[in-house]
Amino acid sequence: MSTNPAPPNLSPLPPPSPLQVKALVKRFGQVVAVDGISLEMRAGECLGLLGPNGAGKSTLIRAIAGRVIPDSGQVAIFGHSAGSPQARAALGWVPQDLALYPRLSAKENLHSFGSYYGLTGTKLDQAVTRCLDWAALQDRANDLVSTLSGGMKRRLNMAAGLIHQPRLVLMDEPTVGVDPQSRNRIFEMIEALRADGMTIIYTTHYMEEAERLCDRIAIVDHGRIIALDTREALVQTSFASRSQVVARFEGPAGNVSAWVEARGGRLVDETAEFTIEGPKEIAALLDAASDAGLELVDLSLRRPNLESVFLHLTGRELRD
Amino acid sequence: MITPIVRTAIIALRRDRGSMVLSFVVPIAFFSIFAVIFGGQHDTVPRIRVIVVDEDQSQASRQLVNGLESDGSLNVTTNPAPTKEQPQPTPYTASTAEDAVKAGDVSVALIVPHDWGKNPISFRGDSGAPAIQLLSDQSDVIAPQMVAGLLQKAAMTSMPMTMAEQGMKYTEQYLGAYTPEQRKKMEGVLDRLRHLESDQSKSTQSAASTESSGGGIIAVTTRSVVGENKKSPMISFYAAAIGVMFLLFTSTGSAGALLDEQESGALDRVLSSRITMTGLLAGKLVFNILLAFTQLTVMFLWAWAVFKLDFFTHIPGFIVMGLCTAFAVAAFGILLASICRTRAQLGALSTLLVLTMSAIGGSMFPRYLMSEAMQKAGLWTINAWAIDGFTKVFWRDLPVTALWQQVSVLLAIGIVLFAVARRIARRWEYA
Repeated sequence: MSTNPAPPNLSPLPPPSPLQVKALVKRFGQVVAVDGISLEMRAGECLGLLGPNGAGKSTLIRAIAGRVIPDSGQVAIFGHSAGSPQARAALGWVPQDLALYPRLSAKENLHSFGSYYGLTGTKLDQAVTRCLDWAALQDRANDLVSTLSGGMKRRLNMAAGLIHQPRLVLMDEPTVGVDPQSRNRIFEMIEALRADGMTIIYTTHYMEEAERLCDRIAIVDHGRIIALDTREALVQTSFASRSQVVARFEGPAGNVSAWVEARGGRLVDETAEFTIEGPKEIAALLDAASDAGLELVDLSLRRPNLESVFLHLTGRELRD
Repeated sequence: MITPIVRTAIIALRRDRGSMVLSFVVPIAFFSIFAVIFGGQHDTVPRIRVIVVDEDQSQASRQLVNGLESDGSLNVTTNPAPTKEQPQPTPYTASTAEDAVKAGDVSVALIVPHDWGKNPISFRGDSGAPAIQLLSDQSDVIAPQMVAGLLQKAAMTSMPMTMAEQGMKYTEQYLGAYTPEQRKKMEGVLDRLRHLESDQSKSTQSAASTESSGGGIIAVTTRSVVGENKKSPMISFYAAAIGVMFLLFTSTGSAGALLDEQESGALDRVLSSRITMTGLLAGKLVFNILLAFTQLTVMFLWAWAVFKLDFFTHIPGFIVMGLCTAFAVAAFGILLASICRTRAQLGALSTLLVLTMSAIGGSMFPRYLMSEAMQKAGLWTINAWAIDGFTKVFWRDLPVTALWQQVSVLLAIGIVLFAVARRIARRWEYA
């Protein structure tokens, strides 16, 4: 009779997270650019990093890309340290700048960046063709980058970051400086990636982009993530069922601002914003305005958005 | 209307350090360099190195050699420099002196032949005695002419006794014999001259006379021992000299692509791929080497096609010198690019350094025209070593093995500069 114990019932280890950031700190002199950020991504999700300029988004992205050495904390990409050969191979980076060779054609740029990732021969040719298709640049493949439009350069910039078919892509404000039409084209490209199950980190200071593209949104301010959740959850946490009244009044300038402040609202670009529990509060608000000698010009009711959340959490405008 | 424009331009100039350097520092630096080279403010006048072989060993020849040695314009040597193998080298012979000229150790050698002292003065070249041989290297067009002139001067000033005796001899020969009384008086004069010579045997004669020596009192036969069959003596020199200067400019310009890539963000993107900083710099270095070597090849082929430079019989030497020079200038370019923060800085610094190196290193005018101190300073430049090497190949027809010194120095320069550049480039690796 065998006395050997039965083998333990081993369950397979879960695959490593595409990205794990633990207590990351990075200082530049006296400035703390990243102040103890921690986050973890799920495979196939698109995480938006939303915050104003200087919030620390780009430094966080550069740390993930292995281009910044943290003062403390850890960054792991599919279980490998940032900057390691495995992490580099798994990571695609679309920098905020147009990081291209202006004197090379679109195709030559993709060839160069592909070869930097070790692609050769047929694999490289196929990757270049795939990226040109994805960026809708086939008919401009042989044109020099310097002759392409701003939107085309942006698309090529993105394609160059994806030439080696990474599993995690960092997109650092990829729509900066492009017209609305090109921006839509870029959104479609990103949505195509999402449909393929690509894991994406998307930094922006445009809330509409974050709302449209991202599964979860991390609101970054002063080097910290002050909130991280889905859009709906963020709004729910900050505002519950409350709504926002947006109104414009006419009256002496000092009177309007003093009255708005006294009623617990904010005056942004001559527009007053109030958070209310229900529509019944609107009538009371308008009566109070009338009593204060202010004349109502315009009024609307809306659900709070990410900008409202940011304002609520930080007390500042997203684009301050 | 004009004032705001001028004010704006002044502010822009003040903020553009590159333009400021080009506007003020470069001209001052160049003025100083040329003043030092040609103004003689901080240095001595260049002395011509000349080997003298006294085969005659007569009184006249010894006086002549003494006269040459005491001339402040000449640096006369009769023995090779001592080495570990030969701590007490034997004096130069006609053969070894010729070899020294061929090797480029000196530009001129003088051979005083046997029996020259029997009849040293040669009016109209009819003395019947052998002439002094002046062996020259045509790549230095100045030194042979100066030595020939100074030789006549030395004869005039260092051998008064011999001159007088020869004068008496020619007088008797062409005008008739002296009377006993005349002869007695002449002997008295000669005696006084002998005493005078013995008193002045060690003194310098150069200050005693400013007469021209151009009369040709001493018979001299000049022979070019280097470049006898060359059609254009200075072509190989200028191909190398100008070539190296522009190689330095091209190399720094090419390496400046690193700064463009840094500015555009391409450098970050490249370094986030599989490429390491060492790999990136090595790639840039190899490209710069190929670029520089191609540039040199085109230059020498042009010299061959248009100026009849004998290129194809010197291919091995050209390849060795070309690659070593290309390596050194390529590393120089990478170093400058890694030091500078912007293209403007690189432009200003490279202009300053390349022109300075080219002036001191002999790319603008031959180093033998410079003072000894400046010639030594030139050895700190890539230009000097490259030009010396190419001169050995194309002018002196020396074998590749004779290039070991130039090759070693250029390779060492390249390795050191690249290592320093790699160290400085760490600033690009991580923030």
